[in-house]
Amino acid sequence: MLLITCPWCGPRNETEYRYGGQAHVPHPESPADLTDEQWAEYVFYRDNPKGPFAERWMHSVGCRRWFNVLRDTATHEVLTSYRLDEPRPGGNR
Amino acid sequence: MSAEPLPEHPDFLWRNPDPKRSYDVVVVGAGGHGLATAYYLAKNHGITDIAVLEKGWLAGGNMARNTTIIRSNYLWDESAAIYEHALKLWERLPEELDYDFLFSQRGVLNLAHTLQDVREGVRRVNANRLNGVDAEWLEPDEVAKVCPILNVSSRTRYPVLGATFQPRAGIAKHDHVAWALARRADELGVDLIQGCEVTGFLKDGDRVVGVDTNRGRIHAGRVGLAAAGHSSVLAERAGIRLPVQSHPLQALVSELHEPVHPTVVMSNHVHVYVSQAHKGELVMGAGVDSYNGYGQRGSFHVIEQQMAAAVELFPVFARAHVLRTWGGIVDVTPDASPIIGSTPVENLYVNCGWGTGGFKATPAAGWTFAHTIATGEPHPLNAPFALDRFTTGALIDEHGAAAVAH
Repeated sequence: MLLITCPWCGPRNETEYRYGGQAHVPHPESPADLTDEQWAEYVFYRDNPKGPFAERWMHSVGCRRWFNVLRDTATHEVLTSYRLDEPRPGGNR
Repeated sequence: MSAEPLPEHPDFLWRNPDPKRSYDVVVVGAGGHGLATAYYLAKNHGITDIAVLEKGWLAGGNMARNTTIIRSNYLWDESAAIYEHALKLWERLPEELDYDFLFSQRGVLNLAHTLQDVREGVRRVNANRLNGVDAEWLEPDEVAKVCPILNVSSRTRYPVLGATFQPRAGIAKHDHVAWALARRADELGVDLIQGCEVTGFLKDGDRVVGVDTNRGRIHAGRVGLAAAGHSSVLAERAGIRLPVQSHPLQALVSELHEPVHPTVVMSNHVHVYVSQAHKGELVMGAGVDSYNGYGQRGSFHVIEQQMAAAVELFPVFARAHVLRTWGGIVDVTPDASPIIGSTPVENLYVNCGWGTGGFKATPAAGWTFAHTIATGEPHPLNAPFALDRFTTGALIDEHGAAAVAH
């Protein structure tokens, strides 16, 4: 089981959280202007790296707030967690 | 039913050649799908100058980590067609490959525990029948006749309200399936090359012309990817993106028991699927771990939930023990249907996105992928499963429709 640190509540078991997939995927500024390929990219395509991955988690049985976690998908090691208004530590991949 | 003895362990079923400098076709991944692709390229299309490259050992990935359930009772026409084609191939492969891999058509029950489950199940039975897939709707007393050890009492938290039943479904011995395909592919001239990891792709403009590996450069007329959980990693090396996410999928076995479980039981709602292997171990699985992962392991609470569900359905299993748990890496698409077809790179083809259900499709994946690689055009069975459906919107949404949660 993963031990994930909520930025507000501290370290808690994975079972307290809900997974939200890749972080830092902004909604397109003007969706109507996108091509079908660009829209497909936004809706269906996400990074799937083997290694460090910035992802969203929600503390669903705690404070119910979303936040971001940097986690290694090869080792499952949780590297750090940070608030939604903070940039990805170490810069974007 | 009685326990059938396992066949003798064979000695050398295939050569272990060094890679040649060049092949007509290179298939990446020597799991079930890669081996079936090579076999059908040779058998159906007369292409035998093939290398199947495997970074680990043959059939050591998801082919060694699944729960071996074979069925074709999918809701949508496109899915029913390809999985039913697979089931028909399973029915003739033991004779065709001259290898008894213990394909046992003991049927599969998909349980309904809610009114919504009942409606979905009845609808799926009707859809299956229209598509020529054997399917029946069973009331709880009929479910108990098929599987007497199942608790169909109305006094459980999630009572069994009925089930769909596909009598032709079943299980097979996964290792033997791989060995049967590998032996025949080898006999047909295919080079099966283990310990050979693809580290990059050679391109001439937008066309792939070979691969770089830890055992040297190999030129290829065409390249087919059949790498399951690592498809994204390979695709990135080839400069393309795939709409898949890799998740851990865990399963477990108990110690050996007398044969008590005559069929396969799947429950979407309490979420476990259970069968009993020929040797006697209870084999269980359920859904993926929620997070992305390449570690071939998952979190223990997922195993705990599977076992709780199994004991709820089968009180007789309460005193069984977990012997072993494991995890594979499954590549899941947004619509829970596979991707089989061409890519933006010419002569590079991809078979991926089978998610939690790839084993049952092994022969049909190989059949259609071989056709696609050999002719450059999709077979009618895999045409709907093209990569461009995520742009056109013609999704085949099997989330929840496929009789199992993903």
